[in-house]
Parts: sequence; structure tokens; C-alpha cells
Amino acid sequence: MDNGDKNMNSNIKNLIKLLSTLTVIAVVSAFLLSSVYQITKEPIAKAKDKRELEAISQVVGEFDNDPFSEKMTIMTSDKKDKLEFFPARKGDGINSFAIKTYSNNGFGGKIEMIVGFYIDGSIKNFKITNHSETPGLGSKADEEKFKQQFDGFDPKKLKLKVRQDGGDIDAVTAATITSRAVLDAIDKAINAYNVFNAGK
Amino acid sequence: MLKISTAPHMQTQHDTPKIMLDVVFAMLPAIIVALIFFGLPALMVILTSVAACCGFEYFANRFWFKKGNTTTDFSAIVTGMLLAFNLPSSMPLWMVVVGAFVAIVIGKLCYGGLGKNIFNPALVGRVFLFISFPVQMTNWPKPEFLNFLNTDAQTGATTLGLIKHIDSQTSATMLAGELPSYWQMFIGNIGGCLGEVSALALLLGLVYMLYRKVITWHIPFYYIGSFFSFSLIMWLITGNIQYEPLTNILSGGLMLGAIFMATDYTTSPMTIKGRIIFAVCCGVLTGIIRFFSAYPEGVSFAILIMNAFVPLIDKFIKPDFYGQRR
Amino acid sequence: MLTMYLMQVNKMNKESYMNLTRGIIKENPTFVMLLGMCPTLGVTTSASNGLGMGLATLFVLVFSNFAISLVKNLIPTMVRIPAYIVIIASIVTVLEMLMAAYLPQIHSALGIFIPLIVVNCIILGRAEAFASKHGIRQSILDGIGMGIGFTIGLTSLGIVREILGNGSVFGYSFVTENYDPMLLFIMPPGAFLALAGLIVLFNKLRGEK
Repeated sequence: MDNGDKNMNSNIKNLIKLLSTLTVIAVVSAFLLSSVYQITKEPIAKAKDKRELEAISQVVGEFDNDPFSEKMTIMTSDKKDKLEFFPARKGDGINSFAIKTYSNNGFGGKIEMIVGFYIDGSIKNFKITNHSETPGLGSKADEEKFKQQFDGFDPKKLKLKVRQDGGDIDAVTAATITSRAVLDAIDKAINAYNVFNAGK
Repeated sequence: MLKISTAPHMQTQHDTPKIMLDVVFAMLPAIIVALIFFGLPALMVILTSVAACCGFEYFANRFWFKKGNTTTDFSAIVTGMLLAFNLPSSMPLWMVVVGAFVAIVIGKLCYGGLGKNIFNPALVGRVFLFISFPVQMTNWPKPEFLNFLNTDAQTGATTLGLIKHIDSQTSATMLAGELPSYWQMFIGNIGGCLGEVSALALLLGLVYMLYRKVITWHIPFYYIGSFFSFSLIMWLITGNIQYEPLTNILSGGLMLGAIFMATDYTTSPMTIKGRIIFAVCCGVLTGIIRFFSAYPEGVSFAILIMNAFVPLIDKFIKPDFYGQRR
Repeated sequence: MLTMYLMQVNKMNKESYMNLTRGIIKENPTFVMLLGMCPTLGVTTSASNGLGMGLATLFVLVFSNFAISLVKNLIPTMVRIPAYIVIIASIVTVLEMLMAAYLPQIHSALGIFIPLIVVNCIILGRAEAFASKHGIRQSILDGIGMGIGFTIGLTSLGIVREILGNGSVFGYSFVTENYDPMLLFIMPPGAFLALAGLIVLFNKLRGEK
């Protein structure tokens, strides 16, 4: 009986040792992580905003406001999507704006991009911010060669479709699906803009 | 290096050159058609491919793998011609050489040489080129009858490429003007890779090889047959021209694949039953890739996938040995 | 310079030198031990990504080896694996937060592979095999050596894949507009092929068959 008691004691001692070691490690690690988190919280948020602002400035005209702080959300006409809308002002009025949009029809899945428009509704430029397209092939949709045909493209006057579908856009060579998805995303943005205009 | 031992291979050394020459002969009608419709560039692609394949096999085996000169079995010539058959005539020649290197050195020699490779070497080269240079590999000059020097070659889409996108906004009338007639598809007056365009030429080759007992009829028959059936069922259900069986058989690489590539000894099963299973699966896979994936053509992928299953098929479907009951 | 280096080596005793250099050639994690293959194949689409990932792993290796060697006698054997993982995960999370804050470009280039460093076999492997059984100084040296070896592996693979698959190196393009690189090499199959080629070369360098 004495031995039994001793065994039980040493088992309990073992258990306590295991539990306390793990607890100590967990506490120390939690402390370390939360401190670093506090320190880096701001720089991380700033870096993210900076990236978005950079993308926006690439696609709109000159501006002297902060489009990011003036962002609005618009719903598309089929009520399926809510897109973010960033106006860019120079002086008094809005001279261009950017809309964050996306398409699920990419060759590798979702493509996210920001499209910049002139105030008359024609396209200025776009930047793909996130994609899983084939590198070297579908990724070429973010290159000058494909993008330059969009500057000044007025969707009211020209057809926003690839040539294979009877439209006026030259698709990226051998990457028709990616090209179509990009147009789909731009289409969503145009739709949102029309809703916005109608509501004004 | 890892030693991969696959199912026993029945080549006797002195038989191989004879068989290979028969295959080359069977490919002659398709070569002639390619020259007629695509002219000088086609000739250059074929010659470059064959020369590069033989060259790589000679140099690699002699100096790198230290196996002496194996080009005398002519299998490199066949690989070279088959690789060329899978390319458009406008392929830049340096890319053909790269493809030949991959086909011979990686697709065949790294596995141990003739008889020990798992995948069809010409297809390995072709798929490598397709992924590495998708623009050049999907650029088909329009065929021009007897325009040998082929000045001013225009490019166009292939039949498969056209019918695949019919379901989107293209109208059927727009397409009717573009699609070739059955006769054109049969003799080869369509856009496509060198060896795949002419069903007639390929069938002549098939007849010759059957007559010389180089291959058995099972793989081509069951491959084309199962794909035809799959296509027919889809067509009857949807009525969509993309599934129209006759068009699907006569265009694209199906006949080339079923007659010359799936029948390669080393990479197909040993028993008749095994071959039937292999061929039917190839047909179904080709259909799945053609109809439900983003690619308009699925033959090369289907055959390569099934190549990987051949050791498994051979393991479970054992040949009958003389005098022994399995 | 060479004499200064040799003097340094003599000051280091033989054991330290062995532990430092083992990971660079003789037991190079990438080319000899074939550890940490997931980031190796996934991240090396460009030379700078490979270099960045290598250095990040080096950072984690050194700190985790140090921490584990420090507390090795306090952790009972039965819970050592969960304990090591928590330690490693904390270090990696700290690294990720620091990178997101101060190196945002590399952070978004490497993406999900940064958290995956936690399950990189090399880190847990060295913790188990070395840091839990040796002193602090030796463990740090081992971490540095393995980290350098891994970085060499990733960077060279990244260079090869970027040259063949993109016609550039570290972002500097050396081909004209009209040249078409072999796209296969920036995709997973190309990673396997390029790695195989490099292993052949590395073995030749080592003098093995």
C-alpha cells in the first residue's frame, strides 16, 4: 500500500511537470506574440493601405485628395456584388475614379483588380491585384501590351468583348479565358458605375 | 540513379529495326500529305526533329550514359517523326530541337533506354513543348494545296478550337462558314499539326501496319470506338455541335494518337484484354478532357496518363504462358 | 584575408567548424537530404524569392535551435514535440509579422509559404536531431550552417528556373521582347526537373556517383 501510494505520487508529480512545462511555454509564447503584434500592428495596416493606394494611383488620373478615405460601396444591378468605389479629385470636382472589382472566371480561379475610369465613363487603365493565372501566359493580361488598348475605351461606343466573341478587344495570345475574365470584371465595374450614376 | 524495372519487354534486338522501318513506311502517307499542304516548313520540322532525336540519342548514349551506339535500332527515327507529327509546321526549329532533347533524353534514356520507358517519348516531348511554348504550339498555318515554298502563310484556328467555343456568344451561322467539310477533314485540308490532319493518310498507315503484323487492331479500334460512343452519347443528349462524333474523330490528334502513339509496344499493355482496357480508358479520358476541360484537345494527356497505369494493368492481367494455367 | 580566415578557423575548435559547415555541402538540406521540398519547389519561381525564403528559414532555424537548446533540459521527453512546435510556431509568427510590417513586398511574394516554415522538416528535424542534444553555441552554429545550405539550394534553384523560365535573373531581364522563355520551368513540373538537374551537378561536385 505504501508502494502504491508512492507510485501514485510520482505519477501525479509527472503529470504536474508535463502540464506546467507546456503551460509555461504557452504563456511565454503568447506574451512574445502579443508584444510583437502590438508593435507591428500599425506598420502592417499602413503597408496594406499603401499598396491599395499605389494600385489606385496607377489607374486614375492626377489627384490631390485621398481616394482611400473617400471610398464608397456600390451594389451592382443584379444585387450580387458590392464593389468599392474610390473617387479621385483634383481641385473641386471628381475627375476620375477607381473601382475594385473581380471575376471568378479566371483560368486559375478568382482574379481581383482595380479599374480606373475617366469621369465620362470610359476606361483609363486597370491593375490586377490578385490572380492565379498561368505565369508567363495569363499573367500577361497585366502587361502594357494588353492594357494599352483600354485607354479611352468607351464601353458605350465599342463592344467590351474579345474578338473571338465579336468584340473589339484583342485577347492575350493563347490566354483567351484569362482575357475574358478580365473583361467580365471590368463589366461588373461598369455595371456598378451605372447604378451609381442612376442613383445620383 | 533509381532503377525502375517494369514489365518484361519482348523486343529481340534484331527484330527492332525491321519493325521500326515498317512503322516509318506506314507514316509515309501522312508525311506526303503534310508536305503537300504545309510545304517547306513541314519538311524542315520533320528533318530537324529526326536529326535532333538521332543526334541526342547517339551522343547521350555514347558519352553520357556510356551505352554505345543505340541509334541502329531506328527507334530514334520513329520518335523524331512522331514528335514532328505533333507539331504545327510553323514551329521554330530551335524549339523542335529542345523538344527532341526532352523526348529522347528525359522521356526515354533517363529511364534506361528502349523498352524501359514508361511514357511515350514523343508525347513527353510534345507536352513539354506545349506547356513551355503555348503560343507557338497553338499557332496553325492554314493549309495551302501544293504551295511548297509557302510564302505568306496565314494562320487560323483548328476545327476543335472552333467548335469548343460555340456555346458562348458566337452564333452558329458565323461558324458554318468557318468549319471545314467532312471531306476536307478526311483528306487533311484543315489546320492542325503535321501528322494529325489527314484521317485518310493515317488509315492507310494503319492498314499497312496491320498487314505487316506490326500492331494488332485492338487499341486503335477500341480507342476510336469508345471515344466515338462517348461523343455520340453527348451529342444525342445535348445536340451541341461540340460533341458531334464524326467531326471529333476526323479532327484533332485522335487518329494519330490511336494508331501510332497508343500502340507503342513499350508503353502499352502486353495482353489483349489489357490493351482493350487501356484503349477504352484512353478514349473516355480524351472525351473528358476535350469536353469538360479548358483544353480543346486531350489526346496527348489521355495517353500519357494511361501510360502511367500500364504497369498496373500488366500486373493484374497476366499473360497466359504456354503449358501453364494461370 | 585568407590568413585572417584561417586564424579564425583555428580559434574555432574542430567541432564548431564541423557543425557550422556540415549543412552547407556534406548534408545540404536541399540537395543531399532532400528536406523542406515543399517551399523549395513552390517558392523558387524567381531567384529573389528563393533567396528571401532561404534567409527567412535561416532566421527561424537559428532562433529555434537556440531556444530549444536553451530549454532542452527543462522539457520532459513526453511533451517535447508539442513544446518544440509551439516554440517554432511562435518564432515563425513573429517573423511573419515583422515581414508584413517592414518587408511587405517580399511578404506578399512569398505569401502562404511563410507560415508553412513551421512545418518545414528541416526546422523540426534539426531541433530533434541536434539542438535537443547539444549545447547552445553548437546549436546556433548548426542552425547557421543548415540555413546557409538551404539558402544556397533555394537561390540556385531559383536562378536556374528564372533564367530558363523567364529569361531574367533577380529581376534583370537579359532577353529581348521577342524571345520566348520555356514557361514549363516556372511551373511545378519544371521545378522537379530543374531540381533533379541541380542534384546531379551537386553530386558531381561532391565527388559521388
